[in-house]
Amino acid sequence: MPSKSKSEWQKSTLEPALKRSPERQERFDISSGIEINTLYTPEDIDQLNYSESLSYPGEYPFTRGVQPTMYRGRLWTMRQYSGYASAEESNRRYRYLLEQGQTGLSVAFDLPTQIGYDSDHHLARGEVGKVGVPIDTLEDMEALFQGIPLDKVSTSMTINSTAPILLAMYIAVARKQGADVVKLDGTIQNDILKEYIARGTHIFSPRPSMRLTTDIFAYCSKHIPRWNTISISGYHMREAGASAAQEMAFTLANGVAYVQAATNAGLDVDAFAGRLSFFFDSHNNLFEEVAKFRAARRLWAKIMEKRFGAKDARSCMLRFHTQTAGCSLTAQQPYNNIIRTTIQALAAILGGTQSLHTNSYDEAYATPGEEAVTVALRTQQLIAYESGVIDTVDPLGGSYLLESLTERMEEEARQYIDKIDALGGALAAIEQGYQQREIQESSYRYQKDVESVRRTVVGVNKFISPSPKISGLIRVDPEEERKQKERLARAKRNRDQAKVTAALNNLAEVARDTENTMPAFLECVEAYATVGEICDTLRSVFGVQREFLVF
Amino acid sequence: MARARIRVLVAKPGLDGHDRGAKIIARALRDAGMEIIYTGIRQTPEMIAEVALQEDVDVVGLSILSGAHLELFPLIMEQLKQKGVDGVIVIAGGIIPEEDFPALYHMGIKAIFGPGTPTQQIVDYINKVMAEKAKS
Repeated sequence: MPSKSKSEWQKSTLEPALKRSPERQERFDISSGIEINTLYTPEDIDQLNYSESLSYPGEYPFTRGVQPTMYRGRLWTMRQYSGYASAEESNRRYRYLLEQGQTGLSVAFDLPTQIGYDSDHHLARGEVGKVGVPIDTLEDMEALFQGIPLDKVSTSMTINSTAPILLAMYIAVARKQGADVVKLDGTIQNDILKEYIARGTHIFSPRPSMRLTTDIFAYCSKHIPRWNTISISGYHMREAGASAAQEMAFTLANGVAYVQAATNAGLDVDAFAGRLSFFFDSHNNLFEEVAKFRAARRLWAKIMEKRFGAKDARSCMLRFHTQTAGCSLTAQQPYNNIIRTTIQALAAILGGTQSLHTNSYDEAYATPGEEAVTVALRTQQLIAYESGVIDTVDPLGGSYLLESLTERMEEEARQYIDKIDALGGALAAIEQGYQQREIQESSYRYQKDVESVRRTVVGVNKFISPSPKISGLIRVDPEEERKQKERLARAKRNRDQAKVTAALNNLAEVARDTENTMPAFLECVEAYATVGEICDTLRSVFGVQREFLVF
Repeated sequence: MARARIRVLVAKPGLDGHDRGAKIIARALRDAGMEIIYTGIRQTPEMIAEVALQEDVDVVGLSILSGAHLELFPLIMEQLKQKGVDGVIVIAGGIIPEEDFPALYHMGIKAIFGPGTPTQQIVDYINKVMAEKAKS
């Protein structure tokens, strides 16, 4: 006779079976510290109220997705992040990717550009063009987008401290192309809080940085309404070692801080909240990741409605970009990384992502080569066109495990957010080192688990075999740095210095005052002021912020 | 003169903020009984050499993931030499392609530990070279 309940099954069928042969592990855990049980049944989700907790796609709280038809209507944007040693080379790569069927651009900038040093600054030595494209003046930006009509593509720019400058350059290039600026579509990362926590490209102290962020919200809502003004990012915290629950919780807590800052600055929540976007990691544990994405959507919707009184459904919609987990890639047996990336991409798609970057298998060695990038893009196309997982909305919805896990993830995140609120909010918590410490603990625990083989990493601590040599690694010629410096010197010679000085002086004045800084940034970049000059001007007004070091 | 504890500076030269590895190494070495000085991200060659001198370290561990190692490591080795601390053992880790190893060994870097290296292997390495140094 079949059992009538889970407890009856446990007694009559499971326990005798366990006596005969125990399970492989005492506990099955996921990164978020949640224990996974042997079996999930309707009893695990009997508290779930369908219309309140899940509802229908395209409707509050958006657990099942932000669009009513999801990928039946339009596929996610396949967006590979890249940037090469020079603007021209990057431009060639962007055109190549667009020809290959990529549907959006994603610009990687080099570190000096991200941290506000010109290519000829002594701190930029060795770094120019290494992890992305160097941009010193508007001239570089013009070369970067040469022949790419900016009102016809959507462009994501991973830029934070210097986001207003690069956004101003993007607008300036669009103007020069004669494009309709109102139609510009894209995203800037513009998420300074996670820089202090994990990514480390901050320049200025936190409060003026938050003002620059909200200035962008206000400016874009008026002038480029389709621009995603921020990409509130969990990715880098996860890469630094956070668990899935921590990633989601710290990201949403940062989101709360931005919304609070903007409403404190007098903005109406529904005027800007619809343009907030998010960026998450996707790691190997498929169900944990899918649950994370769904829980994040539900929790954010509730936060926006209950905490901030958002009235527009769009303000409650958590739209997100996903990148597969760079930290999961191994230098050992690198072709295994293609499989890891496939599982992670699948999780992002089953979780309802709006855009996706799939990592290349060679990234534990260098920035990816062309063949590796193509395989990564093909991975997405294969899932889209061959697997069939996109034929219905939220295909895993209703799974006893997934729904139960979605609830648990939401609860975990809620507890973290309560804790951060009690510390005085995300920024105050960062200043106290709270998130940094939590992430470091998780990161170290993970490492210990790998080294003790409590956690298996195929090819690293089990199933070890000699690795094939990877060929075609990208190498940046040091000559590129010299060429970029020359280019910068030339741009400086050719500009009207009086105009530059006036624009920088005006920026300093505006920065000291309270009016919106964006028009002043535009004036600076259109006068061909350099990223370094603009940042130095702000450094003198805002002060700089060292790392909130926790060790 | 041998002292009770091996002193290690874990340093991140250049501008990249990827400090997960550096912090794990620092903590693992500390758990293994070494004294660790970790100064955070964005350290210049001058700063690294200065700390190595001031803190009188035995080992300098460099972590870099931006690809700027071939430019920055020679500057660091040069600075260490100038400050008279070129006796320290310099080791490195991060995203460093294997084909760059010979150039790095040539400039005096003693060992390079790539992604996936168990921390115990690094602990063992440091203990071994320090023991050899004490004998000689």
